[in-house]
Amino acid sequence: MTAAVRSIRTQSDPQQAQEALRFDGVSCTFASNEGRGKTYTAVSDVNLTVRDGEFLSVVGPTGCGKSTLLNVAAGLIHPSVGTLSVFGEPLRQGLNKKAAYLFQVDALMPWKTAEDNIAAGLIFHGKPKTEAIAVAQEWLMRVGLEGHGKKFPHQMSGGMRKRAGLAQALALDPRILLMDEPFSALDIQTRHLMEDELLRLWSTDRKSVVFVTHDLEEAISLSDRVIVLSAGPATRPIAEFEIDLERPREVSEIRMTQRFLQLHTQIWDVLRGEVLKSYAQNNS
Amino acid sequence: MHKITLDPRNRLLVLTTRLALLFGFIFIWWLCTSREWLSPFFFGDPFGVAQRIVTWFVTGSIVTHLTTTLIETMLAFVIGTVLGLGCGLWLALNPFLAVVTDPFIKAMNSMPRLIFAPIFALWFGLGIWSKVALGVTLVFFVVFFNVFQGVREVSPAVLSNTRMMGANSRQLMRHVYMPSAMSWVFSSLHNAVGIAFVGSVVGEYLGSEKGVGYLILLAEGVFDINSVIAGILVLTVFALILDTAVSLFEDHFMRWRPVAGQTVAANA
Repeated sequence: MTAAVRSIRTQSDPQQAQEALRFDGVSCTFASNEGRGKTYTAVSDVNLTVRDGEFLSVVGPTGCGKSTLLNVAAGLIHPSVGTLSVFGEPLRQGLNKKAAYLFQVDALMPWKTAEDNIAAGLIFHGKPKTEAIAVAQEWLMRVGLEGHGKKFPHQMSGGMRKRAGLAQALALDPRILLMDEPFSALDIQTRHLMEDELLRLWSTDRKSVVFVTHDLEEAISLSDRVIVLSAGPATRPIAEFEIDLERPREVSEIRMTQRFLQLHTQIWDVLRGEVLKSYAQNNS
Repeated sequence: MHKITLDPRNRLLVLTTRLALLFGFIFIWWLCTSREWLSPFFFGDPFGVAQRIVTWFVTGSIVTHLTTTLIETMLAFVIGTVLGLGCGLWLALNPFLAVVTDPFIKAMNSMPRLIFAPIFALWFGLGIWSKVALGVTLVFFVVFFNVFQGVREVSPAVLSNTRMMGANSRQLMRHVYMPSAMSWVFSSLHNAVGIAFVGSVVGEYLGSEKGVGYLILLAEGVFDINSVIAGILVLTVFALILDTAVSLFEDHFMRWRPVAGQTVAANA
């Protein structure tokens, strides 16, 4: 088994240089909270690659293990079976140091100002404080939070906190950006603004992005590729769609185009079945 | 007649009402004792108490007693807080040890710890250290449980996020666990101040040669109720001063916490 896997690896070496993330038969099984000895398989046998510089969205019904996949990619959980490779290197223990993670909930340290929050990551990496603060201020400007650097998270609105979170993640200049429904708590206008903002920032240096969402429109308007996950438990990818919409995009406008609607119909045909399944399970 | 609305935000009105309550209480006390409705022998009288306090401070006779009690209290407060903080962090980050020690800590906490006073008097003598030890056992648990809770209440998202940003365990301690625990610690420190005073005064009361507790004990021995009440009042004032000091520190270190009613900027 291991020999076979190894031989596949060596064959695909030239391609691997372009793979930011690669899930090889990843399954995650957790102890169930229903009782002793029972287990719950969140994701099962996931094979997935994220190309370098690609914006990949993952959609699926609620509770289908999207976040589990992202946590595996971050190295916050390690798969029960299978491996995750980061730029060709298998990640066996510890966190994925090449990735930054933007959480669904607010993850800024509430006891630090916006500026200190953004600088914290750089300070953890050994940068002197003054330099880190200078970089943080630059990032504040880039995400449109100029003049808000001295505010504590509770003094900022939800959108501002998300911007600060984005700056915090990007300030470390990661090769991979993992995003877990980052804008789901925002109102629709703020959300569109943030999506445009994200595309603008992303287009400057094209990091690999894994964007988890339950909003299909958001997924299509942002991504190069959309992966549809099956209903849980034992979630796995069931379909993928290349999004051939032109860039640069304006998210609120692109939603009106013919091609967008076509893609939306195609993907929704697949997704709807899974949503119904998930709905049936949750209500049985 | 002009109607006064009882608005709790009207600070002047609140202050006047408070003063009216205080002086009303003192007046009733004075009335009852001067008319002999209550025996001044058992209930003292406000003027006697005031006179006693003034005499103490004018002659300076209270200074040694007060400084002794304050030193004991401060030492108990500081040592108890530091130990509680250290042990709380240690146990909270070491789940195995926390589970193992859990019943012992619960037992020690539910024990009436004032009863240790005679034992500490034997161990540490009648000087200040037996009182400090008593105060520490009282303060420690208050702080300990709050730190323990504070560390467990750290938001998992903040923790994961900080780890993803590359924080090592020491940096996690400094940038995440400590600040999170501190907000709990500060709320417990207000309790701890009062409790530290209890430790030193009870210790003095049970056996000492100076301190406000000793002063109260002496006065009680000769049925000098005015001095007993005066001693209690002096202690209360100093406990309030210490509590205010804690509040000042709290306001400085906890300025990141949302204050009720603070407006949030509405732009995205």
